[in-house]
Amino acid sequence: MKSTVITFPGSNCDRDMDVALKKFGFKNKMVWHADAELPKSDLVVLPGGFSYGDYLRCGSMASKSKIMQSVINFASSGGMVLGICNGFQILVETGLVPGVLLRNKYLEFICKNVFVKISDKKNKYFKNIENEVLEFHIAHNEGNYFCTNDQLKVIEDNNQIAINYCDRNGKIEDQFNPNGSIKNIAGIFNKEKNVLGMMPHPERMIDTSLSGEDGSLFFKNLINNLK
Amino acid sequence: MIVNEQVAVDHGLKKDEYAKICELLKRTPNITELGIFSAMWNEHCSYKSSRLHLKKLPTKGKKVIQGPGENAGVIDIEDNDAIVFKIESHNHPSFIEPYQGAATGVGGIMRDVFTMGARPIANLNSIHFGSPQHKKTKNLLRGVVHGIGGYGNCMGVPTIAGQTSFDSSYNGNILVNAMTLGLVKKDKIFYSKAAGLNKPVIYVGSKTGRDGIHGASMASASFDEKIEEKKPTVQVGDPFTEKLLLEACLELMAGDSIIAIQDMGAAGLTSSSIEMASKGNLGIEINLNKVPCREAKMTPYEIMLSESQERMLIVLENGKEEHAKKIFDKWNLDFAIIGKTTKSKKIELYFDEEKVADIPVNNLVENSPMYDRKWKKTKLPKKNKIKKEDIKHLKIIDVLKKILANPNVCSKERIWQQYDHTVMGDTIQKPGGDAGVVRVHGTEKAIAASVDSSAVYCWAHPLTGGKQVVCESFRNLISVGAKPIAITNCLNFGSPENEESMGEFVECVQGIGEASDYLKFPVVSGNVSFYNQTKDEGIKPTPAIGGVGLIKDYKNMITMEFKEIDNLVIVIGKTEGHIDQSLFARTILDEKNGPPPEVNLFNEKNNGETLLKMIDNNLIKSVHDVSLGGIITAVAKMCIKGKKGINIKKPKYLINELEYFFAEDQGRYILEINKKDFRKVADILNKNAVHFDELGKITENELYIDEKTKVTIDELATSHKSWLTNYMSK
Repeated sequence: MKSTVITFPGSNCDRDMDVALKKFGFKNKMVWHADAELPKSDLVVLPGGFSYGDYLRCGSMASKSKIMQSVINFASSGGMVLGICNGFQILVETGLVPGVLLRNKYLEFICKNVFVKISDKKNKYFKNIENEVLEFHIAHNEGNYFCTNDQLKVIEDNNQIAINYCDRNGKIEDQFNPNGSIKNIAGIFNKEKNVLGMMPHPERMIDTSLSGEDGSLFFKNLINNLK
Repeated sequence: MIVNEQVAVDHGLKKDEYAKICELLKRTPNITELGIFSAMWNEHCSYKSSRLHLKKLPTKGKKVIQGPGENAGVIDIEDNDAIVFKIESHNHPSFIEPYQGAATGVGGIMRDVFTMGARPIANLNSIHFGSPQHKKTKNLLRGVVHGIGGYGNCMGVPTIAGQTSFDSSYNGNILVNAMTLGLVKKDKIFYSKAAGLNKPVIYVGSKTGRDGIHGASMASASFDEKIEEKKPTVQVGDPFTEKLLLEACLELMAGDSIIAIQDMGAAGLTSSSIEMASKGNLGIEINLNKVPCREAKMTPYEIMLSESQERMLIVLENGKEEHAKKIFDKWNLDFAIIGKTTKSKKIELYFDEEKVADIPVNNLVENSPMYDRKWKKTKLPKKNKIKKEDIKHLKIIDVLKKILANPNVCSKERIWQQYDHTVMGDTIQKPGGDAGVVRVHGTEKAIAASVDSSAVYCWAHPLTGGKQVVCESFRNLISVGAKPIAITNCLNFGSPENEESMGEFVECVQGIGEASDYLKFPVVSGNVSFYNQTKDEGIKPTPAIGGVGLIKDYKNMITMEFKEIDNLVIVIGKTEGHIDQSLFARTILDEKNGPPPEVNLFNEKNNGETLLKMIDNNLIKSVHDVSLGGIITAVAKMCIKGKKGINIKKPKYLINELEYFFAEDQGRYILEINKKDFRKVADILNKNAVHFDELGKITENELYIDEKTKVTIDELATSHKSWLTNYMSK
């Protein structure tokens, strides 16, 4: 399986993602934002970080990068595109996934483990995964997902919500919402479910010595689904 | 502008210093030259009051590759790997503008580390604020924490440990000390010593603006009521540019183009160019019209004194200019050839085709002033006798809850959750433990680091306090299973012109020196911050020690939370019942006098090394060192983190229960061991003459003392966690 990680100026989880993808069997290539061509890929990842310093608006400048036109074309033709954290912010700026990401409700950067409930398994990202709840790690300042009521209706009608913040038993309640996201949304698909944007970092949860191992479940499952 | 004695004094120079400048130059300096002298000769850059004493610190050791004098210290961690690290203060600017002050402190220290070719792998910080009730404290705390996070998070470097304290002596002068560790290959370390004639001098990074002019001079004076007017001397940080600068520099360093490199920190272009020339015993010629400027019509004076951030000065090999420019173009950074090295041994500056400065380098460096300031010795205070009737009414659980909720002991989770501590995917011990630990990427090795200070002990008796803080650093590293290698120190004091403050400095340095010499824990880098003083009120002496240690196999790392029910808990190190200057004495008894706990270096080393041996033999399940709040506070924290209880039986001692549990005697650790290993552990401890007490056994969810007093761990956890959350939420 071939994967591609895009590096924007200010990306800082690109290496971590490269390490994780390779660990679970992807042949990964790093691609510079100013390049025009995407290499042949089964998965394209927009990594976390602070592309263009998050100046102007998180993800907005990166969404206009040269490489992004190729990524948008790739996604439109059904290619798998995963945006993590800043990558999610870039995805919403391109319009590949609906909604926006606002500043966290408590106006503070937040770095900690959270639980998320998988809300849809009819997609290549979560199909066949045994767990209902995963322990993931978040680290962001602007992860407060928001959309209009009309958008929300469409999102829900199409089962586009990927994961919601919850407790370890999968209970989705306000008190387990770390950033104020509408409906505790932590990750969202496009209509066709080949594009996934999410705030949590599975690449930081890939061995027992780190924050946990549920990231390993995610990547193992993903590569198997792509085979 | 005509330069005279008054202008020099306005620049922070003393009258005799100005006379010396005129004598060295054999003429009156022009305004640019005066600015350069004032920047190089201020306390912050010249160490004129501290040099004499710093020389006495032990700086050598088998593992030391580079000691003080470079951008940062470097230690050997085997397999051609080395760790570059340093701590630095950004106290004065952080008080004036907390967000930018703290942010640029973090930015500055990271630059010091990657200037040497190392990729930063961990940040730490030690921050100190006034009384929580003081009207400025909350905003300063918020601003500093946001600033540290804002810069470090954007750079993608995890903040893995730190320390936050509150004391009214910081009401008018907060402390912000930032530390960075970087990883480099031993044969790819870069230094700031220029070499070779006619080599191009390159400016890269951000453009030069009018921010931070005289920042270093501002940090070399006490505060008064007009301090708010100093805001323009605070630099403004841009972590995004620094991230690009980091990647661009590392990319250029992968080749062989660089002869010398130096970041532009305090006193900007002035100190960076002069340091490179001085170390290389060369001259440097700069055309200031070539310096990329952010603002129009900047004068030579402003260009030389600006402390705009995210800039570097590089001496390149001839013919590598194009190659280097390509890299900086790729990262969208300014690149300009601004001068060359010369044999004149002078710093020669040109602007609009006129020579605007012409100063022999040695006048600025070797001939800079050095003072043997007057200082006063601090006598060891007399011990207090605790009267039985003063403590009779105290209930141990109530006291424990109060201590756990004390601002200096309580959980700082609300702070460190705002720092990205997991980026780079190698953080295996997060903040909140005894030390932060990161793996050396792609290897079995891990690096532990902690930062400590004990201002109260240093204030009561600087010599003992200086020793104690080095020992505490040593203990914190051992507590996570790391072998301590070396330290960096950030020495925060009041005015050196005050005999008491200078005495505190001299004796703290002496204490640090004695302990680091005895423990083979040399000082490889550091920084001095004097004038942490508002009018006549100085801070408590606060040397912060950043310790670094190595864990050969990261799977042997130890954490502090209790692991398993029925395991045994023991205390190693002797408890004498030293209450003076303890948190118990100061906050419960309101007794602020008396000596700090005595430091016995032999015991400290012996206890630590013996424990490390037992950890290597897999006999230890968890460890926490005993510090503020004594044994019971340490045990309570292990219970809270492990969500387990403990059944304690106080050993039969002559001292009473409160003294036993709250004393702050040094050299002690709490250990968790498996029952079946008890004999082995006891034998090793006895053989090595390490005193130990059996304390109790791990249980489900209550702290139970001598079968009469108990409290649930949930209740203790609430006391421990709620103070800061409540404070910061309101």
